[in-house]
Amino acid sequence: MSDEYILEMRNICKEFPGVKALDNVNFKVRRGEIHCLVGENGAGKSTLMKVLSGVWKYGTYTGDIVYNGEVQQFKSIADSEAKGIAIIYQELALFPELSVYENIFMGHEIMKGKQIDWNETIIASQRYLKKVRLDVNPAWAVKRLNTGKQQLVEIAKALSKNCKLLIFDEPTSSLNEDDSENLLNIMRELRDQGITCIMISHKLREVTAIADTITVLRDGSTICSLDAKTDDISEANIIKNMVGRTIDDIYPKRLEKNIGNVMFEVRNLSAEDRATGRQILKDVSFNVRAGEIVGLQGLMGAGRTECALAVFGNPYKYKITSGDVWMDGERVSFKTPKQAIKKGLAYVSEDRKGNGLVLIQDVKYNTTISNLEELIKRVSIDENKEIGVANEYKKEIKIKTPTVAQKVGNLSGGNQQKVQIAKWLFSHPKVLILDEPTRGIDVGAKYEIYSIMNDLVKQGMSIIMISSELPEVLGMSDRLYVMSEGKITGQLDIEDATEEKVMKMAINA
Amino acid sequence: MGTAESLGMSVEQRQAKEGKTKKAFRELVTLIKTNASSYMMYFALIVIMLVFQLWSGGKFFTAQNITNLFNQAAYVAVLAIGMTIILILRHIDLSCGYVAGLSGAVVAILMEKMGVNVWLSMLIVLLMALAIGFYQGFLVTKFGIPAFITTLAGMFIFRGLLTRSLAKTGTIIVTNEAFKGMCQGFIPDIPGNTSRIHIVTMILALIAVAAFVWFQIRSRRNKQKYDFPVASASIFVAGLVAVSAVILVAAYMLAINKGIPISVCIVGVILAGYAFMLSKTKLGRHIYGIGGNDQAAELSGIDVKKVTMFAFCSMSVLAAVAGFMYTSRLSSATPTAGLAFEMDAIASSYIGGTAVSGGVGKVTNAIIGTFVIMSLTNGMNLLMIDISYQYIVKGIIFIIAVAFDVKSRRK
Repeated sequence: MSDEYILEMRNICKEFPGVKALDNVNFKVRRGEIHCLVGENGAGKSTLMKVLSGVWKYGTYTGDIVYNGEVQQFKSIADSEAKGIAIIYQELALFPELSVYENIFMGHEIMKGKQIDWNETIIASQRYLKKVRLDVNPAWAVKRLNTGKQQLVEIAKALSKNCKLLIFDEPTSSLNEDDSENLLNIMRELRDQGITCIMISHKLREVTAIADTITVLRDGSTICSLDAKTDDISEANIIKNMVGRTIDDIYPKRLEKNIGNVMFEVRNLSAEDRATGRQILKDVSFNVRAGEIVGLQGLMGAGRTECALAVFGNPYKYKITSGDVWMDGERVSFKTPKQAIKKGLAYVSEDRKGNGLVLIQDVKYNTTISNLEELIKRVSIDENKEIGVANEYKKEIKIKTPTVAQKVGNLSGGNQQKVQIAKWLFSHPKVLILDEPTRGIDVGAKYEIYSIMNDLVKQGMSIIMISSELPEVLGMSDRLYVMSEGKITGQLDIEDATEEKVMKMAINA
Repeated sequence: MGTAESLGMSVEQRQAKEGKTKKAFRELVTLIKTNASSYMMYFALIVIMLVFQLWSGGKFFTAQNITNLFNQAAYVAVLAIGMTIILILRHIDLSCGYVAGLSGAVVAILMEKMGVNVWLSMLIVLLMALAIGFYQGFLVTKFGIPAFITTLAGMFIFRGLLTRSLAKTGTIIVTNEAFKGMCQGFIPDIPGNTSRIHIVTMILALIAVAAFVWFQIRSRRNKQKYDFPVASASIFVAGLVAVSAVILVAAYMLAINKGIPISVCIVGVILAGYAFMLSKTKLGRHIYGIGGNDQAAELSGIDVKKVTMFAFCSMSVLAAVAGFMYTSRLSSATPTAGLAFEMDAIASSYIGGTAVSGGVGKVTNAIIGTFVIMSLTNGMNLLMIDISYQYIVKGIIFIIAVAFDVKSRRK
């Protein structure tokens, strides 16, 4: 093998009970390039990276990993790390209460005799922080940093382990545009310093901006490897390879719009976080009409989720300092989510695993949990009716599961999201709040969720869509509000909205 | 090959037959593998019982001892039912042992020292227990004090109250026959039955078997109707036969003694009520939802605090019932009653497959767990093994069961 490639994975096969997750995957990474790995959810990207990093240890897969010209047999993450391979996961693995320098050297402390040499640790950590352009006091507890900065600490940690091949798993999925841009720049700098980067991402715009090579996986197989210099790396071409078909229209069009009266209105809502006293909502007003999709756009941390939760029965007990909520012409004040649900408000969480679904329960359980009243026959739950309801939604919104008795934790992200939607549809809402409805799900499932949204507004439902993805908000909304730092900074009709206008409102406060 | 044909069986037929048995066997193996933790407790129970039977020279499976085992296990079973709900919710109640002890003491004082009617005495104590449940539930839900701390404090307080309440009188002997009957009496037989066998017991057992088989078949049919995965027919039938046999043998053992103890009926009613509540009602769904993901539960409109409150109230009230049963069995209220009851209850629940991480658990299985723990106690008492060894053995069995459960769930 020539020195051109730092990594070559040959004919990798990995099976899980009932599924062939990787089927003869070949994956070659040039030394010192940024190599993006794209594919729908379930295409095998994460599994491939787990094989590479030793999470799936040698022997549980077939095929060869050739790294730096040698066949490797990693038995654990420690083995791969020792060879200079590090993964930065989507969910960060830092210790929030510990300082930045403690985090960077956690597990490979700098020793002086039998003791940790803290002075040298701090000096060294400053060196690595500089490399990732993070200007913070290394003595700060990591929890004081925002997600973007925490990620940079993770990278500093990887660098401190003298890593040569850095793998990023969806690195920008929880970052705002600024932090994302910054991260991409740092990846470029790392590349120039000779560190090879592999990035898994759903955000094709970032992929096309940064990649030297793009490998597309589909259904556990390598579909193609595109060279940024010589091949067509347009988003359209990548999507075509990902899904095996051309999606001409990512956003399904609604043929007829039938927009009615104001269904739901928030007036002058202000709220504070009880613990910190920080003002999270400042005089927020917006409304949505029957049969309308209203986008609520803004960067991460702009207060969109907080706003939704504050009106949805305020489960996290923000201190509401002013404002009122009107629903269908009636003033309402929901003390708990239960009251909100009863009146016809529903909230599809951005964090389906964290607070959206009960993963250890099955599809039918999750579908019916927020409206069990409807299934009660005398005192007990009518299980036949429950299964009937779950099967109806399974069919209607195309939840891919063998039966509705399948545990939700075993489904793919897109299908989990559909179960979440099914749950809220069964509570028969008039107003549906969708918080990042397509985060982390593949292109095909996205399209299906957009179609569901269109069906719902056609039936007269009102939808508030919170999203960080500009194209999605512009593609789906009838009208949109932009939030920044807890305030509504602008309102646009879809005809007037452009990416530039929205972005300007989202950044400026 | 030639021989196979000469035996009148084609190779294909033979292979098909072999394939069928092999398939059933393979299914059994995967079934055991995937449900290892839930089968583990049955396996443990059988092994424990057989070991004691052999070791004690046949004293374990006698009519007298089985009756005794049921009476011994009854109060732990009641506690284990309440504890299972608490554990599903990812809380714990360390105080329930002394709530039981205190309840036994107070009911004895009311009945024997103050001359209050037996039923009224029990009602008063149940209300007292409800108040205790409210108090602990309040601290956990409104103040956000972890259940471990709240109930640890409760353990101190109720132990003190127990000792205090019996300080002047010492152990109180209970003379009320109705009260003693709770854990010493048996259901009546049909009048005029002169045979050795308690007929009502056998009739009830047959009804229980019939009901069990009918429910199982109905649920299997229903699952098949919706294409849900079910065990193959042969394994399903084998399971039915095994459980029916166990019920009938146990009933027979009781029938040739004095019949079904009243304590078993009490446990049966409580168990049926709680099993129904957990699997068929809204409250039950909410309990599993909160245990599985409390944030998702809250956002789904579940009143997490109310359900948690219910769990603590139910635990304390069941503890009072357990206290009655214990006092009834000993015919006396003593200051040492309640010591380590919560340990047996928690162990029962975990051995019965309640997940350490919450969200999963069944009260019926907790009862099996109770039998594992109480068979150990009973068997070791039969063998007159010193109490110190008894604790060690119970501890080892408990940790093996939980380790097994944790390991099998991680897959």
